[in-house]
Amino acid sequence: MTAPAIELKGISKAFGAVQANKDISIRVMPGTIHGIIGENGAGKSTLMSILYGFYRADSGEIYISGQKTPIPDSQAAIAAGIGMVFQHFKLVENFSVLENIVLGAEDSALLRPSLARARKELKSLAEEYELNVDPDALIEDIGVGMQQRVEILKALYRKADILILDEPTGVLTPAEADQLFRILGRLKDEGKTIVLITHKLREIMEITDTVSVMRRGEMVGHVQTAETSPPELAELMVGRKVLLRVEKKPATPGAMVLDVRDLNVTDDKGVHRLKGVSFNVRAGEILGIAGVSGNGQSELLEVLGGYEKATGTIQLNGTEIDLSGRHSDGQSRRARGIAHVPEDRQREGLIMDFMAWENIAFGYHHEPQYQKSRLFMDLAAIKQDTVDKMSRFDVRPPDPRLTAKNFSGGNQQKIVLAREIERNPDLLLIGQPTRGVDIGAIEFIHQQIVALRDQGKAILLVSVELDEILSLSDRIAVMFDGKIMGERLPEQTNVKELGLLMAGVTGEAA
Amino acid sequence: MDFLTLLQLLDATIRLATPLLLACLAGLFSERAGIFDIGLEGKMLAAAFTAAAVASLTGSVWVGFLAGIFASLLLSALHGLASITFRGNQLISGVAINFLASGLTVLIAQSLFAQGGRTPSLSGDARFNPIQWPGALARMREIMQAGPFQQFYSELISGHTIIVYLAVLTVPASWWLLYRTRFGLRLRAVGENPAAVDTAGISVVGLRFAAVGICGVLCGIAGAYLSTGLQAGFVKDMTAGRGYIALAALIFAKWRPWYALYACLLFGFLQAIALRGDVIESVLGFRIQVQLLDVLPYILTVIILAGFVGKAIPPRAGGEPYVKER
Repeated sequence: MTAPAIELKGISKAFGAVQANKDISIRVMPGTIHGIIGENGAGKSTLMSILYGFYRADSGEIYISGQKTPIPDSQAAIAAGIGMVFQHFKLVENFSVLENIVLGAEDSALLRPSLARARKELKSLAEEYELNVDPDALIEDIGVGMQQRVEILKALYRKADILILDEPTGVLTPAEADQLFRILGRLKDEGKTIVLITHKLREIMEITDTVSVMRRGEMVGHVQTAETSPPELAELMVGRKVLLRVEKKPATPGAMVLDVRDLNVTDDKGVHRLKGVSFNVRAGEILGIAGVSGNGQSELLEVLGGYEKATGTIQLNGTEIDLSGRHSDGQSRRARGIAHVPEDRQREGLIMDFMAWENIAFGYHHEPQYQKSRLFMDLAAIKQDTVDKMSRFDVRPPDPRLTAKNFSGGNQQKIVLAREIERNPDLLLIGQPTRGVDIGAIEFIHQQIVALRDQGKAILLVSVELDEILSLSDRIAVMFDGKIMGERLPEQTNVKELGLLMAGVTGEAA
Repeated sequence: MDFLTLLQLLDATIRLATPLLLACLAGLFSERAGIFDIGLEGKMLAAAFTAAAVASLTGSVWVGFLAGIFASLLLSALHGLASITFRGNQLISGVAINFLASGLTVLIAQSLFAQGGRTPSLSGDARFNPIQWPGALARMREIMQAGPFQQFYSELISGHTIIVYLAVLTVPASWWLLYRTRFGLRLRAVGENPAAVDTAGISVVGLRFAAVGICGVLCGIAGAYLSTGLQAGFVKDMTAGRGYIALAALIFAKWRPWYALYACLLFGFLQAIALRGDVIESVLGFRIQVQLLDVLPYILTVIILAGFVGKAIPPRAGGEPYVKER
């Protein structure tokens, strides 16, 4: 029997009081694709960062191809033939592709010969694995898909036999993800061992041979992919049964709530971010906006939320909204019945150093129910309100005095949702509702959104997660390069068609 | 203004630009590696004092020169310790170094020499003397009667101290080191994205200390030149904001060595003009107050930085201590 390519025995790692990895053991056979799945914060990335020498384990042993191999730093990991593609790429933005590949693996003190050899090597790698990139392009000028290839090439250039990829598809279009999977398949055929960290069940089912499931820092199961199913994996991940599909009744759209016509936005750098965007949302329906991030969705939410200037017309319940930015801001939008759960809750939705009760009142702090007199706020009322909201939205821990940054991603999102939804808005803008949120909380958040729709509210949902768009939306609009590429009904479309629209491909072929 | 006056102005420009250039390149190495260094001023001052004091005590300018570099390196090590090892705030560390140098130099000078916080005047082997190139004329009367080429050669090319020539050579050397060597690639990378360097298996701390060390050496040379080359001894706060002007030049040059040379020559020219009220008077036709002339380089620094730099993007990881993300 061949020795496993990777064998970890009893790995533990704590960050302060947080036990990120608890006595974890895992075996990965050579020439296979092994998935590690788990919720956010389950300890997947920590485990693999230990294998790559980015962190040092508190205890435990690492065996590579049967040999006990201590990995105190990344240098040792590279020497042991391990390469890692991090979720956030570790590239120097204003260096060329070639310089990034050579960095740290130079042949000699002078650059020129190293770059020349790398150029040749890159060419043969490109042919071998169909990994084409322009060696002289600057990283900041190429797309994320290309950047990811550079990361893979970096590992291959260092003669990696084991390749770890951390959430590699998070930033890719479905087509790019497919391409990545083809490349991974090719690498596997060449005998490389691949470890894929992800929280997406679909990817695990599609490409891996074996799967390990992690939950709260512990390894809860090792299974053969062929012998398992998404519901079983989800149950292992969360520790209880979860609904993967949102249960909802068909929508009963009512009166027009939001009517957007010919919206245009140009940012301070003169880049045209929104190009003649028109759509509408009716009461009692969810319009989902799909698209790869950075194609104008953020600007759209900012305009609707009142903190970005635009030209065009927006009507809310039949009355026009001022878009010049002079008489409108977030405050006036809220007064007109628009609630907004922003895309980036840590930057726009919450003040991370403020306590939960302060965040709950924020933006609505002028409301009469929060005032004791003309001068003073009724802090006790705010705190009581916070406790009530926390219990209704199942925020854990239900402590109004805890600072926002000390809640998990899912609970932070629930705080923002509780603040916005409970104002009884006519229109809810919601961006990336479940980004960085674990499966259990996703289920709850989705139920809340659907419940709000069933109360007859209009909801504009922006998400980069196609599965989320498909399962929540009553209608889907796809954005690409600041334009709406088309509208589809969820039951009449599929991931492939939406993926093509997201990549800017239109027409009947799409 | 005749040709000789212009040459004299340019000659002064070169001498005044030299400490700026060395300090500017010092800052360039440090900031390219992601360590902002507002303490250039303090390091130069410490080096200026130590070089003059040691040269005065030993009678050898070279011993003083090395002592000056050593003093600057000590402060660099302090800055490195504070901002790299202990991940402190780089600006605060730099300001602290400036205060420290400003006070300590005068204090030690007073207790050593008791001349009101200065060192004794240096002469002979205790300071850097001009190098006469072969065939160059030394006497002013001879130069005045020579042809334009001989004037150019004698006044501008010849007759500087060795540090001036060294400083000019530092520019191509820095460019070569930054853009043609492995060390340079890594140094530039660590100032842009230390995580990329870390995951490539290279020590971020080691690289940054190396950069801060180079910065210390260059600042030391700049400071030593001030008190043993440009002038003949140390006086209180003799750097007179040169460290800050060097930083301004660095931004003006957008962190590139050759542009640093041009920027420093420009600032040096402004300082040279400020010293020559008579020239300005003859060109403009009226007299300008001396005090106004003295502040001219600083005012122009502000104007240039405010209006003519365009978009200067500092190294992306500059000013931020490197902490592995969780």
